[in-house]
Amino acid sequence: MTELSATVQREVSQPSVRSAHRGQVLSRVVLYAVLIILSLLFLMPLLWMVSTSLKDTVQTYTVPPIWVPWPMRFQNYPEALVAQPFGTFFLNTFQYAFLSGIGAILSASVVAYGFSRIPWKGRDVLFFVCLCTMMIPFQVRMIPLYLIFRNLHWLNSYNPLIIPAYFGSAYYIFLLRQFFMTIPHELSEAARIDGAGEFSIFWRIILPLARPAIAVVGLFQCIDAWNDFIGPLIYLNQPTLFPVSLGLQRFLGQFVEKLAWPYLMAASTVVILPVVVVFFFTQRTFIEGIAVSGIKG
Amino acid sequence: MAVGTAQPPVRRGFRLSVGARNQIYGLIFISPWLVGVLAFTAYPILASLYYSFTLYNVIQEPRWVGLQNYVVMITQDPQFPIIIYNTIYFVVIGLPSAIVVSFLLAALLNNPMVGRPVFRTIFFLPSIFPVVAVAMVWLWIYNPNYGLINSSLAALGLQVIPWLSSPALAKLSLILIGVWGQGATIVIFLAALQDVPRELYDAAKVDGATGFHRFWHLTIPLCTPSILFVLITGLIGWFQYFTLPFIMTQGGPVQSTNVYAYYLYQNAFTFFKMGYASALSWILFVIIVIFAFLAFRSSGKWVYYAGG
Repeated sequence: MTELSATVQREVSQPSVRSAHRGQVLSRVVLYAVLIILSLLFLMPLLWMVSTSLKDTVQTYTVPPIWVPWPMRFQNYPEALVAQPFGTFFLNTFQYAFLSGIGAILSASVVAYGFSRIPWKGRDVLFFVCLCTMMIPFQVRMIPLYLIFRNLHWLNSYNPLIIPAYFGSAYYIFLLRQFFMTIPHELSEAARIDGAGEFSIFWRIILPLARPAIAVVGLFQCIDAWNDFIGPLIYLNQPTLFPVSLGLQRFLGQFVEKLAWPYLMAASTVVILPVVVVFFFTQRTFIEGIAVSGIKG
Repeated sequence: MAVGTAQPPVRRGFRLSVGARNQIYGLIFISPWLVGVLAFTAYPILASLYYSFTLYNVIQEPRWVGLQNYVVMITQDPQFPIIIYNTIYFVVIGLPSAIVVSFLLAALLNNPMVGRPVFRTIFFLPSIFPVVAVAMVWLWIYNPNYGLINSSLAALGLQVIPWLSSPALAKLSLILIGVWGQGATIVIFLAALQDVPRELYDAAKVDGATGFHRFWHLTIPLCTPSILFVLITGLIGWFQYFTLPFIMTQGGPVQSTNVYAYYLYQNAFTFFKMGYASALSWILFVIIVIFAFLAFRSSGKWVYYAGG
């Protein structure tokens, strides 16, 4: 034993091993240095946004740029949020984001179940068709959809943004189907032998097991609805109905002549904040959801 | 009468075979999607095709004109070659840049380190920001006189950069924003990288492969399935590039950021030329399918599926 450790000790103290060690330490230092620099670069827009949001006019137009304004003008925030009815915008967006999130969960899970837990003729062909629909650009459906909703008198309501979510989106169906396929078939078979109907297998066995994946779907759809711009742009033109995305854009139109960048940055910060907060509470769900979709893809 | 004679219960009605039962249940479960795809996808696509053969300004009924829209598009519309060039520029420059940068960042994150979740979060967050907010922030960053970079340059006595006012530079400025927002792609690549078995790296090291050699001949090939996924979804996405040009540059300066989706939107909702816009949308559809198909076809040559 002692002989062995003496050998090891001699090995470790050899110049080649020592310089390999130094090389290792050096590469770690370089790694962290590079990462920290890149992180700062990535964070810079965010930091600049918050920094500007706390400036007054003079500080905003100072060259060279000020990073930490003093004093900090916190009243930019209430002033900005009152200039447009942001409270209304927020409530509007919460409303349809939540409802479309529920729709995505319900429809994607039911459809994914049909595509994965029951063997039937034509299942895989139709699933392939479902996947192919992801290739279809929104633009080619955009105009007829607009006309359909116009004829249904659904324009200037949230229906066009909520109702289609209840009919399944290929991306979420794909995600849940891949997940459902990892659940052993024996579970379903045993339940079927016991006489359970397909719906109760779905509701009582598969769904509870799929809670993490379902959380991903709900989360992604809500964030997607929060960030959606094109949908509200086309279907809504009554300002009282605007979500935050349209509201913020309107803000730009209102303020750009007056060059009120601090207000614009304050409003932007407030619009981004909920997404960041939600992310911090659901990090794991987020990251795993995206990673899974990319690997199994 | 023998006690306990086993008599099969009398069946009322008819009994479905397992196959038929499964068939019905299968269709019931996917019915929301089936109805949705017919109503919100199949019908609109066909209607779009129909409108592309008409002149339709919404107020009056559509007027059939056959192939006129397509002919005008290809031979007479001076904007058409511009939007094609711009959009292809974004796809050919933007998408590969995004993929390369994301992959390299993911490779960086794949090293043993402390605080990976922190770095990963920083790289990921921009990808979930509302796009309108992103547009605002970068409009301010790119401000010609007081934006972050230009005011720093001016303070140093250097020349300012015409980020969004130079036709030559505007597209690249927008692409930079796109690369900054590739967080989801970084996460996908990181997951793929972490899936590469350590033993392969060790074996390569024993064989004397250098770090770069290992990266090029081992890491990248084993990640090609994810690269393909990102490539195809990226193609589909970048061809529909719309919001940043719409909010930040309105297609300018001098039409340099007038992308396909922006021109299409204008034709539909500003000029109310729904027929022409529909024709544009079908051409876009065909272009995307061709590119996706080509990408898929080529994949046989460069994508390596470990374990089938």
